[in-house]
Amino acid sequence: MKEKLTSLWQRLFGDSVRAFGVVSLIFLASLAIAPAKNFFSEWRYYQHGYLRMVRNRSDANTLQRHFQGGIQQIWLPDLAVVDRCTSCHVGLKEASLVDVPTQPFRAHPVIPHKIDQFGCTACHRGQGAATTVSEAHNSTLAWEQPILPAKYIESSCGQCHRGPLPGTPQLNQGRNLLSREGCVHCHTVKLPDGTTMKATDDPPSLSHIADKTTREWIYAWLKDPQSYASTSTMPNFKLSDDNARDMSAFLVANSTPLAGDTAALSAKASSDPAAGASLYGESFCASCHAVQNAAGNMVGGDVGPELTRVGSKVKPEWLQAWLRNPRIYDPATGMPHYRFNDPQVATLSGFLLAKADSDLLANVHLEAATPDQVKHGKQLVSDYGCASCHEIAGIKKPENFAPELSRIGSKPVTQLIFLPGMPHTLPDYIASKIKQPRAFSPGLKMPQYTLTPAQIDSLTTALLALNDRSNTLPPSLAVAAAPESDYQPAGKAGKLMTDLACFSCHRINGHGGDMAPDLTWEGSSVQREWLVQFFKNPGTLRPSLIRRMPRFNLTDGEVNELTDYIMTVYQSPAVDRDSMSLSGYSQGQVELGKQLFYGKYSCQGCHIVDTKTDKGYIGPTLTHVGSRLTAAWVYQWMKNPQSLRPGTAEPNRGMSDEDARALTAFLISQKGGAAKEVAKK
Amino acid sequence: MTRYSLTHVGTAAPGRRAERSSVAALAVAVLATLLTISCSRKTESPSLLKPTAFGAAIVESSGGKQTAQTGSLLPQPVVVQVNDEQGTAVAGALVEFAAAPGVAFEPPNALTDSSGQVTTNVSLGGMAGRYQLTASTLDKSHKKVELKIEEIALGYQQTLGRHLNDQYCERCHNPESTVERVSNYDNLDVKPHPFAEGDVLNKISDADLTAIISHGGPALNKSALMPAWGNTLSKSDIQALISYIRAISDPPSRSAGPVYAKN
Repeated sequence: MKEKLTSLWQRLFGDSVRAFGVVSLIFLASLAIAPAKNFFSEWRYYQHGYLRMVRNRSDANTLQRHFQGGIQQIWLPDLAVVDRCTSCHVGLKEASLVDVPTQPFRAHPVIPHKIDQFGCTACHRGQGAATTVSEAHNSTLAWEQPILPAKYIESSCGQCHRGPLPGTPQLNQGRNLLSREGCVHCHTVKLPDGTTMKATDDPPSLSHIADKTTREWIYAWLKDPQSYASTSTMPNFKLSDDNARDMSAFLVANSTPLAGDTAALSAKASSDPAAGASLYGESFCASCHAVQNAAGNMVGGDVGPELTRVGSKVKPEWLQAWLRNPRIYDPATGMPHYRFNDPQVATLSGFLLAKADSDLLANVHLEAATPDQVKHGKQLVSDYGCASCHEIAGIKKPENFAPELSRIGSKPVTQLIFLPGMPHTLPDYIASKIKQPRAFSPGLKMPQYTLTPAQIDSLTTALLALNDRSNTLPPSLAVAAAPESDYQPAGKAGKLMTDLACFSCHRINGHGGDMAPDLTWEGSSVQREWLVQFFKNPGTLRPSLIRRMPRFNLTDGEVNELTDYIMTVYQSPAVDRDSMSLSGYSQGQVELGKQLFYGKYSCQGCHIVDTKTDKGYIGPTLTHVGSRLTAAWVYQWMKNPQSLRPGTAEPNRGMSDEDARALTAFLISQKGGAAKEVAKK
Repeated sequence: MTRYSLTHVGTAAPGRRAERSSVAALAVAVLATLLTISCSRKTESPSLLKPTAFGAAIVESSGGKQTAQTGSLLPQPVVVQVNDEQGTAVAGALVEFAAAPGVAFEPPNALTDSSGQVTTNVSLGGMAGRYQLTASTLDKSHKKVELKIEEIALGYQQTLGRHLNDQYCERCHNPESTVERVSNYDNLDVKPHPFAEGDVLNKISDADLTAIISHGGPALNKSALMPAWGNTLSKSDIQALISYIRAISDPPSRSAGPVYAKN
């Protein structure tokens, strides 16, 4: 062995010339390593692969002409993007390569942006400057930003686009959930435009809670909110029996009576289920409130709380006072003041109190609270941050109760503590934290939310959009959200509209709900007499809708107040009410309009003019247009409906003035029973 | 991930010890180890679940032909059922799900419950197109019985198209009514084509579809009940709608992109 080695040494380095030669050879060989590595680099391999693939295609010439060899780079200093991804992903810009089954040679799907203007990593994350597959896609010790999974890709749209987009439903939903589920009550989210995200849920004040419900219900609710109402957004704090007992003791002891919210029962709750059900239906309670039916399905809207077991919760005297005027207990409630009379209050309260679940409180037996329990309860209420969401007399809303999330989407992975077995990436961390917060440590305060997997993905998407890039974006690239409107109508009519909670359903000047039509230009649209009648007895305009305008039992004075305000204030500058008359159209014009209606424009597909023949019910019924709408509004609507109500499903038909005038004449001649008289003229 | 093996020859070439084994042998050894590691990574870890029963057939209960955005969860879980020769449900049979890379199942395998069913939540892959999912179980002779389920992933353009469809088209073109949206389909004298109706729509070219949407039915001698949307929707909106229609068509449209059939 040793001899062999010695002889090898002799052969290689025996004399100086030989040694020099061998060392030179080794030196030369090592010099060749760098060019060899370059020659055998991954990007070159993929470029050769691309050319091989392209060769056999019918559009080979075009693709070969577009091909550029060597390392490609997109450099965008504004966005801090240095992307060499296109060195391997050669075919991204070739639309015809959409039929290639997998990357790296498939065409990029159609999006509204050009790759050269935004690069790749601005949306997909990853390391743009890397030239090997693993360094570009995965996190390494030096670079920790891995490729963003496709699941969360919409978060990247949210870096620049601060408002909702039609093509990013997941991001839109996630942002809504952040405000609607109340995340931002505890977690501060400063948006890149300088504003702070506001919660859109409205957790009730607990300062007078003992007027409304019992300590037993509070106990059951704190233990498991979803057992009372499966749709509740109140999270589960996983309280021990003792803690729930003490917190309920404190909340009841801390509650002060409020004058007027539990006025003595003026009428006994009536037990006429049929009358109750019909009043519940007539008042369109189900537009906002849901009730779980026997089959387990939720029937009704999600604007107000679920009422499946409301009889097990509320005290009868509170419920009656609430139905009479909800604004006494909660001045900011979205519930309208219905102006029910006493028999109606009795009927409706009887109907609602019957919606009880005897199992809910069957096992709750609480003894009278001791002062120590109340004291401990107060401590717990502060510790769990209840006052972050709920107003509680004597406890201040805590500040910075939970970590700020303004830049959570860029949080370094090295600062996170992962659960054993979970992938070490930021999206996985955020999603698991939302899914099961206490899994990370039983002592954490964040409660358990009831969210579907899709909702968790949406929330994660919205949180990933809150990152360094979105905060350091050049202002020219940011696309601002539509400014939020806090429009409030003025004066007596304004007070009345707040009292009736018009904005829970209707939107005016950008403020309010989207359940019912936008009323911003209502004064230009309708005739005064019709509006007066509609307030007194709201009829059906859209037969296919389940949610309708309820009747509020308004006095004549109130109706006049509202009508005057709407007719004078909500006027569109595009419609001059007096420019067109409601009568005086020639028979020929009306006839031409009728032909256009049923022929060229085939409006009967969506609208009903003749209840005997027409069936379409997407748009409103048009049998009474002549006594409901103004001619100038109808004309402008024919010309350009979106100018009057953005987003309406009525297509803009690009009508000529003559067609629009004839159709207006025909529609204005529709006055219900009076239609024949007009035709005679 | 494809590793380009020659790079490793480059790094292994200047062998540290020339004792006995040559540089080449060392490189071969390195390559062999790498190969074994990469191979062992590819093989799926064997399921820890032990089936207590075996079925003869596997059928779909629900969850096929759904659409979701690329990478995201299908709105409804996929439910499959294992039956025996007589068609009665079998409890305790092992069902495994597989699909193209990028598709995730939660859980990827499970034993059938008392009603013979397994429910799994599916996230589709990152590329738009059709995905074929395979649910498999073993029969008594330990032969694999397979069921293929197809799902559709929508890219950005198709998602935008779906949004426009919901806003403008669906109330007439979708015969199904929901609680929130009553269909107008039955009220129309000339019935519109549901967008998944590939037999008809696949034969209409993109240019013709664009003409019908922009200028209304009469543009192609069809019913005027289909209004002209050219003044309401932009050209890119109409393209997005067409790409959505192509994506959900059944049977599949050829221009909808590739079918991800390989596992």
